[in-house]
Amino acid sequence: MMTAIPNIAPALPEIILLSLVSVVLVVDLFLDDAQRNLTYFLSQVAILVTVLALVSMPHSAPVYTFSNMFVDDTLGRTLKVLALLTVSIIFAYTRAYSVQRDMFKGEYFSLMLFATLGMMVLISANHFLTLYLGLELLALGQYALVALQRDSARSTEAAMKYFVLGALASGLLLYGMSMIYGATGALGLQQVATALSTGTVDHQVATIGLVFIVAGLAFKLGVVPFHMWIPDVYEGAPTSMTLFIGTAPKIAGVAFFIRLLGEGLAPLASDWQQMLIVVAVLSLALGNITAIAQTNIKRMLAYSTISHMGFVLLGILAASQQGYAAASFYISTYSLMGLGAFGMILLLSRAGFEAETIEDFKGLNKRSPWFALVMLMVMISMAGIPPSVGFFAKLSVLRAALAAGYTWLVVFSVMLSLVGAFYYLRIIKVMYMDEPEDTHPIEGEFDMRVLLSLNGIAIFVLGILPQPLMSLLNHAVVQSLR
Amino acid sequence: MTPYLSLSIWVPIIAGVLVILLGSGQDKAPLARKLALLGSLAGLVVAVPLYTRFDPALASMQFAEFSPWIPSFHINYHLGIDGISMWFILLNSFTTVLVVVAGWEVIKDRPAQYMAAFLMMSGLINGVFASLDAILFYVFFEAMLIPMFIIIGVWGGPRRVFAAIKFFLYTLLGSLLMLAAFIYMYLKSGQSFEISAFQALQMPLNVQIMIFMAMFMSFAVKVPMWPVHTWLPDAHVEAPTGGSVVLAAITLKIGAYGFLRFNLPIAPDAAHYLSGFMITLSLIAVVYIGLVALVQADMKKLVAYSSISHMGFVTLGFFVFNQFGIEGGLMQMISHGFVSGAMFLCIGVLYDRMHTRKIADYGGVANTMPKFAAFFMLFAMANAGLPGTSGFIGEFIVTLGVLQANFWYAFFAATALIFGAAYTLWMYKRVIFGEVANDHVRELKDINRREFALLAILAVATLAMGIYPKPFTEPMHASVNKLIQQTTMKKI
Repeated sequence: MMTAIPNIAPALPEIILLSLVSVVLVVDLFLDDAQRNLTYFLSQVAILVTVLALVSMPHSAPVYTFSNMFVDDTLGRTLKVLALLTVSIIFAYTRAYSVQRDMFKGEYFSLMLFATLGMMVLISANHFLTLYLGLELLALGQYALVALQRDSARSTEAAMKYFVLGALASGLLLYGMSMIYGATGALGLQQVATALSTGTVDHQVATIGLVFIVAGLAFKLGVVPFHMWIPDVYEGAPTSMTLFIGTAPKIAGVAFFIRLLGEGLAPLASDWQQMLIVVAVLSLALGNITAIAQTNIKRMLAYSTISHMGFVLLGILAASQQGYAAASFYISTYSLMGLGAFGMILLLSRAGFEAETIEDFKGLNKRSPWFALVMLMVMISMAGIPPSVGFFAKLSVLRAALAAGYTWLVVFSVMLSLVGAFYYLRIIKVMYMDEPEDTHPIEGEFDMRVLLSLNGIAIFVLGILPQPLMSLLNHAVVQSLR
Repeated sequence: MTPYLSLSIWVPIIAGVLVILLGSGQDKAPLARKLALLGSLAGLVVAVPLYTRFDPALASMQFAEFSPWIPSFHINYHLGIDGISMWFILLNSFTTVLVVVAGWEVIKDRPAQYMAAFLMMSGLINGVFASLDAILFYVFFEAMLIPMFIIIGVWGGPRRVFAAIKFFLYTLLGSLLMLAAFIYMYLKSGQSFEISAFQALQMPLNVQIMIFMAMFMSFAVKVPMWPVHTWLPDAHVEAPTGGSVVLAAITLKIGAYGFLRFNLPIAPDAAHYLSGFMITLSLIAVVYIGLVALVQADMKKLVAYSSISHMGFVTLGFFVFNQFGIEGGLMQMISHGFVSGAMFLCIGVLYDRMHTRKIADYGGVANTMPKFAAFFMLFAMANAGLPGTSGFIGEFIVTLGVLQANFWYAFFAATALIFGAAYTLWMYKRVIFGEVANDHVRELKDINRREFALLAILAVATLAMGIYPKPFTEPMHASVNKLIQQTTMKKI
């Protein structure tokens, strides 16, 4: 019997990216260091072509292919485009930094692009195996990227930590998936959901599996009590990699949450909601409070990420379309802010100097009023103060959580975002109210300056007119999830 | 129809952006100052029709502008004013001009950024008073904090950073709870952030109390009411003169305005239920803070405490729920805008010359600065509530309103008139009269033309309001009556 050839059209963007990455990989072999800009250029082209392929695909209802292991829907496409654009900006931000630190190599591009491919697979996964495949492709790229600065003991340590803990999390996730498989006899997300909702499934086994899955997910997203790796990896990795880890994969991570919990395990919602409440509350509290004590800005941003992921979970645990849309909006805008914040750190760093402590931002307003304003915008957006997009991100998750009836959770989280405001304010304080210690002029390539300025402006403009992005994601969620 | 409200919001903001775009070089400073003055004057000019074209017979919102802003949240760009909010937009636009002039030569460090911060803040404050949509209100309410934070933190006194952060966090604490209350009411009211929809919402008493307290946290910090007032002396003392003027004259009014626009009409039953609590806090502010003001050694701190005490009068008037109380409170707010602004400007005049605010460092200033002494005398009298000045009108009407409600409330409130006279005039005596205290005082130069013009304008305003308050009260009647109606209606 002949096996039917699966419909490959829905996976075309992934296939295009894979082919182009292979081209980049091969072409790079024939280049020496002076010509490395060509690799950079080709990588950007690969990303943009993939984005174009995604955008030009005809609108349709969700299409399943590869025996229902892969889904192409509006939510997936939207998040993929956002993740790809983020990666493209990351390439631009990190170019000068990587050149100065001897990291501007072929493997840097291919690892980053393969990790991006992993994100795309993860976003489109409709089956436990595809989810795992995408996740590991993403994670393996990240492990290697953190260790890219081979001679740095700090980076190597961070990579080791990341790898060991990440492997443990994958193990937890797999174990949970196997329990669910044992309970339901299915691996496809829809089949699992159908089996769970018939009520013939052993609830206890399914719940135990769920605990492991939530733990694994929480690990990957970096929320308390599975957050230990976040501060160390953020601090230890070269800033260019921190920028990567802190932004694009988070978008894929939220898609992962929505697919797995919101689709596959939706019938167990009342169980995972309770777990997520605990995780969200702990993340908000620990992230915000611990961030105050940090003097290293990368570490501070690591704890701030933990608290932001707590907010994302508030949207997810509402377990409604509104909640998933809010979480997607939050994560999209968060990656914009993350790009801005780490971009500023990269801008202030230069050959032989890492701008890593909060002190390095001292007197920035005197050195460059414009970039101080950009950083101000990023910080108030992270603190959730209007007129910045961060405010509307918080507003939408809070609305979703309140609509789901979690009044006290909302009150608790707004109180903790007050705590959070303090350390963001401290950055504004050192920029505007302290004298500069470092009077070195701000360097930075032209394209980086322009992009970073646009990044700041985007945070502001989306803070005034959030509607387009909001309706895009709303529409995507409504179209894709039942 | 000309969108006067949008103009009064966006003209100063755009002027501020233009000023900041000039760049912060010292050579650009004269141009920046002139552009800032032009921007603030333009802001005042577009605000004037709000008074001249205002129809005092109507209680409804006038100059309304409406367009959808964020449809997926049902948030609208909805502006409008009644006889209550109109005054504060005018007062704010007026104060901005004074503040720009007051900072003219005094601010040497990055004047463009200084002026731009004030202009943007002015536009945002106008937005706070003009918003009829709760989220729009919130956006303006919060956004306003950022320029103020920077003004205090960059151009302030020695402990400016501490004061700026304390100011910011205190204010944010309250407003976040208010945001949670807004979202709650949004869900209850069938997905609308319109303030009028909130006002129409029927809620049981316990819910009303929660909502009232959440909004109370926000506005009480702004007013500020005892015991959440402690940010104010710090912020006032450390802020540059212009910052103190705007804080005292305008931002404190936002808190009191919030009570009138949100707390009373949205949760009237809770307001009645908690009126004893509110009146107690107000009386503590009036009496206790009045005593605290008496012992201050720093002039700016003294005026800061006197502001808290005067704002205690305002909240006291609001929570007796009668026309005298509320209108008196509003008059007191406007008057306090003039008088406290003027007091801070006077202290600024002295500080610019002597670089000290300690009362003990002065003495006999009248000998070297006679013109200044005359102005300062007038404002001190107005601060003490002398008949014929604006300070008297507000305090007198509030006391009348409170007397209708309860004799003992009025009794305690009236003691504030005595304390007010005591601390203001005692300070005045120690600073202005007597022998010339030291060589620094002997070398003082009297006010220049710019300072004279500033103080003269405020003196005219103070006296005009004190002698003939009718143009001020008339546009209020209809709106205040409607408010009282809303307040007496049961919503349970």
